[in-house]
Amino acid sequence: MLQIDGVIKYRDGRQTVTNVSLTVEAGERVALLGHNGAGKTTLLRLILGLTKIDGGQISIFGHPPGSIEARRLTAYLPENVDFHQSLSGKEVLRHLARLKGDRATRADDLLERVGLAADAERRISTYSKGMRQRLGLAQALLGDPRLSLLDEPTSGLDPIARWEFYELVGELAAGGGAVLLSSHALTEMEARTDRIAILRAGKLVANDTLESLRRSAGLPVRLRVAARPDRAEDLMANLGGCRINGRSVELACQADEKMALLSSINALPHLVEDIDIVPPGLDDLYRYFSAPEETRS
Amino acid sequence: MTAAFAFARYDLLLAHRNLWAAISIGLMTLFAIVLTISGSAPAGALGVDRLTVTVTSLTTLSIYLVPLIALLLSFDAIAGERDRGMLALILSYPVSSASFLIGKFLAHLITLAVALAIGFGIAGILSVALDGASPASWKALFVLYGSAVLLGATFLGFGYAISSLVRHPGAAAGLVIGLWLIGIVLYDLALLGALVADDGGFFTSKLFPWLLVINPADAFRLVNLGGSTSTLLASGLLVPQDALPALMPQMALLLWPPVIGYIAWRLFRRIEP
Repeated sequence: MLQIDGVIKYRDGRQTVTNVSLTVEAGERVALLGHNGAGKTTLLRLILGLTKIDGGQISIFGHPPGSIEARRLTAYLPENVDFHQSLSGKEVLRHLARLKGDRATRADDLLERVGLAADAERRISTYSKGMRQRLGLAQALLGDPRLSLLDEPTSGLDPIARWEFYELVGELAAGGGAVLLSSHALTEMEARTDRIAILRAGKLVANDTLESLRRSAGLPVRLRVAARPDRAEDLMANLGGCRINGRSVELACQADEKMALLSSINALPHLVEDIDIVPPGLDDLYRYFSAPEETRS
Repeated sequence: MTAAFAFARYDLLLAHRNLWAAISIGLMTLFAIVLTISGSAPAGALGVDRLTVTVTSLTTLSIYLVPLIALLLSFDAIAGERDRGMLALILSYPVSSASFLIGKFLAHLITLAVALAIGFGIAGILSVALDGASPASWKALFVLYGSAVLLGATFLGFGYAISSLVRHPGAAAGLVIGLWLIGIVLYDLALLGALVADDGGFFTSKLFPWLLVINPADAFRLVNLGGSTSTLLASGLLVPQDALPALMPQMALLLWPPVIGYIAWRLFRRIEP
């Protein structure tokens, strides 16, 4: 497993990673969220041993970051990587397979797996951004990694390719791999990750399951109640809340008040046509946890 | 070592695909043919065979061209990979940083050695076909080839060192051209100027031979032209026979590649990609 213990990193005399502790167990998928410059990429580079740690400790299945043993167990997908344009996807992936000590045929299998088999012989200069990203994903699957560090893995992927990507991540975790991935795209991760860690200005401000984060943030559940024709005014008079789009009323309540509110709505069948329950999404949580504490409401 | 060969194989493929190999071979071939054919005039006057004249011309050409090709092959090797994000990816793989550099070096040295072999080979064959050659001039051609490969290896090392020092490939390109201008062109001009000013004093007799031999390009010239009858054809800089220990230029050429290779590796190790 990946164990990060009180890690500190300075750059130009400023702490860019401040006392971060985080573990990712085998078989666990953890999403690392944060604004640009929050320290996500720096944290990944510290785990990889690409940059030196100024305080604290990191262990990758018991090995120090950057050691040959740790690198053998780890896969990395950088945020920006330009493969050599004049070579084909197959040539690049076969080269990387040799470096990982994997068979060349494994590279061909992975090209198939990420949907690049038909374009394997073409030069990378002819690839679209999504195809290049999929080539990057293919290399991250080489050598059966126990720990996968994926920096913005779904940027440039269309919705279907994203779905396929999370399938691959699911398979990695199901095979006992630990997965740490950073992303801006929040909603797509709701059902796809086991735990969420949020970095703000180098500090870890949240680290829990989505459910627990929702509870601890205490963000309101929103109920959208659609009124029967011309009854919106009466509905509002009964329930309060605010009007949206002409004939609906939106109400906000805490999670534990939800049932009581629902039964009071249920008591008004002559006014209510339909109801939608909107729990706080990842976007709301993210906005809550990544805002400075004093401005939280 | 397996990883080094994997890198070498990959970079040879890259040199082939990006036409660097073809350009190097084309340049060497073109210049070799031109020099061999145009070198006919002094041959009769000096009473030496054409291959001797050709070797002399090729030496002068190689002093400029071999370092230039080596630097152009190597300047992008590290700064370019870093710029593309490939270096961060490669260093996350379970391979040593030395194997990365050795692989690049092998690929670039093979590219250069093949270009030199083709260029010099054509020059040799053409000279013999036009005029004939003595065994001594054949030997001179082989010494020229071996020393040109060593000169190339040295400047590949300089290229990697510079490429490790700067972040952007553009800056590395500028610096290697600067190194070439200063090390190959201006260095000799400065020495000539100092010789003229000194007029046969301490500088000329003691310092100058050493300053000449520590420059790999001048050591290359001394190895190929020093003491030979054809020296006067091409070189304005002469060293008295007894001013340096025997085989000093050869030693210098052999020592440069490992020394600069080590420096490049140390600089490369410092990089945080």
